[in-house]
Amino acid sequence: MASLKRTPLFALQSAMGAKFVPFAGWEMPINFGSQIAEHQAVRKNAGVFDVSHMTQVDVSGHDAGAYLRRLLVGDVAALDRGRALYSLALNDKAGILDDLMVYSLGETFRVVFNASTREKMAQWLAAQQSGFSVKVEFRDDLAMLAVQGPDAMRIAQTAFGHDLSSLDKFAVMRAGDALVARTGYTGEDGLEFMLLAEDSLALWQRLRNLDVHACGLGARDTLRLEAGLNLYGQDMDESNHPLESRLGWTIAWQPANRDFIGKARLQAIAAADGMRELKGIRLDGKGVMRPGAEVQTATGAGVVTSGSFSPTLGCSIGLARVPAAAKGSVHVIIRGSPKQASIVSPRFLAQNK
Amino acid sequence: MSDVPDNLYYTETHEWVREEPDGSVTVGISDYAQDALGDVVHVELPELEAEFVAGEEACVVESVKAASEVYAPITGAITEVNEALESKPELVNEDPYGAGWFYRLMPEHALQASDLLDAAAYEDMTEDE
Repeated sequence: MASLKRTPLFALQSAMGAKFVPFAGWEMPINFGSQIAEHQAVRKNAGVFDVSHMTQVDVSGHDAGAYLRRLLVGDVAALDRGRALYSLALNDKAGILDDLMVYSLGETFRVVFNASTREKMAQWLAAQQSGFSVKVEFRDDLAMLAVQGPDAMRIAQTAFGHDLSSLDKFAVMRAGDALVARTGYTGEDGLEFMLLAEDSLALWQRLRNLDVHACGLGARDTLRLEAGLNLYGQDMDESNHPLESRLGWTIAWQPANRDFIGKARLQAIAAADGMRELKGIRLDGKGVMRPGAEVQTATGAGVVTSGSFSPTLGCSIGLARVPAAAKGSVHVIIRGSPKQASIVSPRFLAQNK
Repeated sequence: MSDVPDNLYYTETHEWVREEPDGSVTVGISDYAQDALGDVVHVELPELEAEFVAGEEACVVESVKAASEVYAPITGAITEVNEALESKPELVNEDPYGAGWFYRLMPEHALQASDLLDAAAYEDMTEDE
C-alpha cells in the first residue's frame, strides 16, 4: 500500500489522542474521542476541522474565466469578485466528475476539489486546457481549516486577528497570505481558512485555546448529512447526473450560447421520463441505515447512498436514490429484514425546528 | 491503552465474559472494542431464552460508524438482557465492563477457561492489531 499523506496538523492531532483512518490517500482524524460530542459542539457552539486534504487549485491567466465556463455547470461570468459558488464538473455523458467550490478573486479563481478525485481531476483539468490561455496551479503549500457553528464567526475572528464582519455568506476575502471564506459543509454558519501550512498550526492552537472543539471527519459526515449535503463518491459519482442527484439548481442553462461540457447530454436527460431522484429518508424505528441498503417503495426499488445516525434527531437518516414518484412510507432492508422508513425532505435540520 | 480487567475472560471477537455465582455468565464488549466502534447509538439485544452455539451471532451493536455483530462466547441460553441499553446505548462506551453489559447466558456445559482468552492473552492480541 502506498504511504498515506499527512496534513501539517498531524503531529498536533496525534498528541491530542486523535483516532486516524485512511481517507482518499490521507491519514485523517476520524474523531478526537466522541464523534457525537463533536457533532453537538458544532450545532451548539463551534468546532474546527482540519480539511487540508482537500485539493486547492488556482486557475489564472487571460482565459481563466472562459476555461471555467466551459468546465463547470455553474457560470463564473455571473460570479462577482469576492464570491463563492458551489458547482460541478461533468464528463460529456453528463456524469459527475466532481463537486467543488469556486472562489472568485478577480483575475484568479481558487477552486477546491475533493481529495478522492485529485488524480482524475488533475488529468482532466490538463486535458481541457488546449485553446485556452490559462495556468492551473496546485496549491499543495496550503492547509485548510473549517471553523463551523453558531459561535464560529465570533471566535474565529478573534483567533485569526482580522476583522471579518464584512464577510457575507458565500463571500471570500484575502487576509495576508490567507483566503477566508464564509462557507462550509455542516449546515451551520462558519468560515473556511485556506492558509500556509505553518500558519494553520498557529490558528488551530489559538482556536483550541478559545475552547473551539476539535472535530474529525466522522462528525463532518453526520453534520453534512443532517444538512442534506451530498458526499462525492457516495451520493453521486460518474454514473450519476446532476438531475438525479438533487443538484439541478447548480446548472446555469442560460445564456444559451454558453456550452459547458455535458450540457447537450443534460438537455436530453431533462426532456426524458423515468428519472430517479435523490431524496431524504428517515428510519421510523431503531437501527441504523447504511449506504447500499435496498429501499422498497410503492413505485419501485431504490438504494440508500448515505445512511447514518443523526445526533440531532436521535434516529437514523440518509439519502436514497429512488424513483422520482416515491414518497411517504417505504421499507429499508437492514440485515435482511425490512424496516419501516419515510421519504422526507433531506433538509433534516429544518424538521427539528 | 485500553482497559483489560484481570477477573474476566475474553474472546478473539472482543467480547468479555464474567462467571456469576449461579453458574451463568455475563457478556459485554471490551473497552478496546467500544473504542474501535466509536459512539454506540443502538443495541439490538437477543430474545430471552434464545439459544446460541458458541461463535454464533447473538446481537448487533450499531455505532455512528458501523454495525458490528456480538457473538455468543459459549453455547447456552439467554437468561437476562440489559434493557437499560434500549434507552441508553452510550453506556457501552461509558462503562463497557459495568453498566454497559449486554446479556446473561446459562452455559450448556460448565465454563472451561481453555475455551476463552485470559486478560494477558487478550491484551497481547489487541496490541498486535
